[in-house]
Amino acid sequence: MCLAVPAKVLTIEDEGPTRMARVELAGVTQRVSLAYLPDVGPGEYVIVHVGFALQRLDEQEALRSLEIFAELAAATEQLE
Amino acid sequence: MRYLTEFRDPRAVAALVDDIRATVTRPWAIMEVCGGQTHAVLRYGLDQMLPEGVELIHGPGCPVCVTPLETVDRALAIAALPQVTFCSFGDMLRVPGTDGDLARVRAAGGDVRVVCSPLEALALAGRLPDRQVVFFGIGFETTAPANAMAVHRARAEDLRNFSVLVSHMRVPPVIDAVMRAPGCRVQGFLAAGHVCSVMGTGEYHERARRHRVPIVVTGFEPLDLLEGIRQTLHRLETGRHEVANAYTRAVPAEGNPVARAMLAEVFEPTDRTWRGIGPIQDSGWALSAAYRDFDAEARFDVAGIRTREPAECRAGEVLQGRLSPPDCPAFATICTPRTPLGATMVSGEGACAAHYRYRRAGTGHPNGNGVTPR
Ligand code: SF4
Repeated sequence: MCLAVPAKVLTIEDEGPTRMARVELAGVTQRVSLAYLPDVGPGEYVIVHVGFALQRLDEQEALRSLEIFAELAAATEQLE
Repeated sequence: MRYLTEFRDPRAVAALVDDIRATVTRPWAIMEVCGGQTHAVLRYGLDQMLPEGVELIHGPGCPVCVTPLETVDRALAIAALPQVTFCSFGDMLRVPGTDGDLARVRAAGGDVRVVCSPLEALALAGRLPDRQVVFFGIGFETTAPANAMAVHRARAEDLRNFSVLVSHMRVPPVIDAVMRAPGCRVQGFLAAGHVCSVMGTGEYHERARRHRVPIVVTGFEPLDLLEGIRQTLHRLETGRHEVANAYTRAVPAEGNPVARAMLAEVFEPTDRTWRGIGPIQDSGWALSAAYRDFDAEARFDVAGIRTREPAECRAGEVLQGRLSPPDCPAFATICTPRTPLGATMVSGEGACAAHYRYRRAGTGHPNGNGVTPR
């Protein structure tokens, strides 16, 4: 089944009940519904699954995880 | 692509693996519930990077695989009706029913169409007022919001030629079923990240305590998976049976409240029989009373279905983590993705298909992971 993948919101096409938006997903643009994310706008990243954005990708949290990984990597390299 | 390549960084992968090696003092068995995670684990060879004795057991989280055989058979019967345009996700077309699959119904002249979203099926119903458009609404909590919206819109737009064959499954009750199964070896769970993106983490706290297992919400990229495994192992080593979130960028504790409100409006909990596993109480969703007019099972009389599973297929054991696909005698001999005997060989999330695709030989090890790490 179509897996859930990250996509970038490009434009909101209509603010109707299904709140259709154009997103960029793995290099191609697609129309998906932002009905479940009423506050998300262009430029933000979302998780898309079967034509719907399900959740906003939180940039702060993403950076925090990457920082933890980078620290671990730095510590490991020092040991070697 | 942001949020993708960063989470595949080989330096960080090596560092996480090193930390895991330093943490582990004895054997542990962890179940990755979601079939998407099974595929990522095998694709990136993550299981082979883990220290000997740390085992990943594949879980039942393949929506296509656990859709009840009876429902598949009902889909075949409805799709063959002359007035019906039957819409399904692509994976479902090759899933074997008792007698054939949707691809065969289509070859015999049935109007079966592949869609990537239930909204496409809804639009089709608008364009084909003289046809009965039926959508095959399968999937877990990740997929259910899309189907809920389609039904909700159908009612709002009074689209009477649209209906849904609903077979939604809920993940938390199957964790209970896995833990109750005799001979269960699972000691910790990687919870499916995108299910939690919708539902949040609230359904797991009591379960972690009751079953005495850590449950760690985990994403799908190599670093996400290794971090989920690392957090689980840290908790196992220190005896902490609690919920943790290793996928914070996509999973707030409350999930998606707007989607959850829609699910509560359109669906109600129901008992479901998981293919290969059996009946599990409250493990699914059915349309609630206000939306029952859109239930394809009520609209089309396709009673009298007799189900029969092929005797050779051991997908049930695979789905319960009791058999590694390569150890099934039919694996890659008479059963291949082109000639699947079971749904687990068909789906992009099925464990048999994952092993076939990433070519793991049978080794006697429950997950075919016979490679001794360095
Ligand atoms: S390899 Fe084929 S026959 Fe064996 S369990 Fe998997 S799907 Fe069934």
